[in-house]
Amino acid sequence: MSLPKLHIENVSKSFDLGREGSLLAIQDVSLAVHPNEFVSLLGPSGCGKSTLLMMTAGLEEITAGRILVDGLEVKGPGLDRGVVFQSYTLFPWLTVAENVRFALKKSKLSTAEQEERVRHHLELVGLSDFASAYPNQLSGGMRQRVAIARALVYRPQILLMDEPFGALDAQTRMLMQELLLEVWQKNRTTVLFVTHDVDEAILLSDRIYVMTARPGRIKAELRVGLPRPRKWLETEGSLQFAQLRHETLRLLHEEVRQGG
Amino acid sequence: MRQPGEKINRRLPPLLELRRPIPPLWYWGVGLGFIGFFLLAWILVTALGLVPRIFLPSPTAVINELIRQIQSGILWQDASTSLYRIFIGWLISTLVAVPIGILMGNFHFFEGLFEPFIDLVRYMPAVAFVPLTILWLGVGDTQKYAILFIGTFFQEVLLIMDNVKTVPRELIQISSTFGLNKWEILRDVILRAAMPGIWDTFRITLGWAWTYLVVAELVAASVGLGYRIMRAQRFLETETIILGILIIGFMGLITDYIFKISYKKLFRWALQSR
Repeated sequence: MSLPKLHIENVSKSFDLGREGSLLAIQDVSLAVHPNEFVSLLGPSGCGKSTLLMMTAGLEEITAGRILVDGLEVKGPGLDRGVVFQSYTLFPWLTVAENVRFALKKSKLSTAEQEERVRHHLELVGLSDFASAYPNQLSGGMRQRVAIARALVYRPQILLMDEPFGALDAQTRMLMQELLLEVWQKNRTTVLFVTHDVDEAILLSDRIYVMTARPGRIKAELRVGLPRPRKWLETEGSLQFAQLRHETLRLLHEEVRQGG
Repeated sequence: MRQPGEKINRRLPPLLELRRPIPPLWYWGVGLGFIGFFLLAWILVTALGLVPRIFLPSPTAVINELIRQIQSGILWQDASTSLYRIFIGWLISTLVAVPIGILMGNFHFFEGLFEPFIDLVRYMPAVAFVPLTILWLGVGDTQKYAILFIGTFFQEVLLIMDNVKTVPRELIQISSTFGLNKWEILRDVILRAAMPGIWDTFRITLGWAWTYLVVAELVAASVGLGYRIMRAQRFLETETIILGILIIGFMGLITDYIFKISYKKLFRWALQSR
């Protein structure tokens, strides 16, 4: 097996609650994501999966253990990792194209090359016609498409996604999941994807790490062998999908019951 | 055109539903009607002679005073002087409040440094500083600016701190993933995102500056809208007092409007819901 793109080694996280002591959110988590692999972190709410992603992004401090990207320890945010949040993080005063371009502020590309990159990535997410629109003129799904284009435009090694479609309605979410797969197919990159949605995790991932309720630990690792390219209508109807779904739900339910 | 046989709807539109907009005609109508009510009461009370003229002069007397002040040039002189004082006093306050408020909103160190002091001072009445400022700064315009500053600054700086704090954390975090350092984030993200709120703070604080005008021109002034009111008090020229109050009110309304309109022009991106 090749060297992992992302290596999370014995990572723990506790939050200081002052007088009330501290809260152990994540306990001794280890996992690896290989180049061009799509891996999901699935777990009940409050299991620390988002915190783990934020630590990988360098936006949250690690209490114990270490996180390596291409063998280098994560010390803070960096251009080797692109991040997409659940909440809308577009800059409302910039147009769609300017938002994507903003992520290239630190790039050494020439202006023409930057323009070309922006154009290419807007096309990738199907928003070429909205290049000069402002975020407040876009639907929630379109805003997240811009956020994805913006996270990819500087070609990070890993794309980190924290429930990026969590705020969208069910139909839009399904469209966005298929769009993400298309983008990933064309733009082969490594993805770590946080979700609490079993179907979403199965449709998208090569592997799924199921996490326990707090304190979050790795409960199981599932390999999704479904053939690609995947589409909702075809994939969801297969027996293999149903079996995986059942197995994953069973694992998750144990945790939800415990936590709830 | 009404179709024959169509019923004329004489029922009132629903006016008192929770959060339900009412027809614009009603909206503006009731607002103007409310002002009109006071105007009418004023006309009636004075026309019927219910109140001695020295307590409440008639609207005509106030209008005559207005004409007199316009013709003699007093009004122009007073209004322009006061406007200038307010603008300079507010500008000084703003030039200090903006950087300090931004530092306080972004760095806990500066919040800890300044907030206890500001909280202490901001409840001190500006009017009580009049004798002190005269002692320290003399009787010139600097003393007027100082009073306007004291009245405005300590509130303004806290409002600007809050404006800056409302910028979502995720916006700052995502910017750091693009490799921006904290100063770049401060300049290119936080300030840009906070600008509409800060602009609205400018509007509100300039309004406060107007209310401090009379205090600023309380002593040692020889011209100005506030001074005119204080002088009229000495000679019981009630119509001059009322005229002065109305003019200050109108000028405050105009500056408020200028900020409101420019807000819509400058920050169209912030208008609709996110």
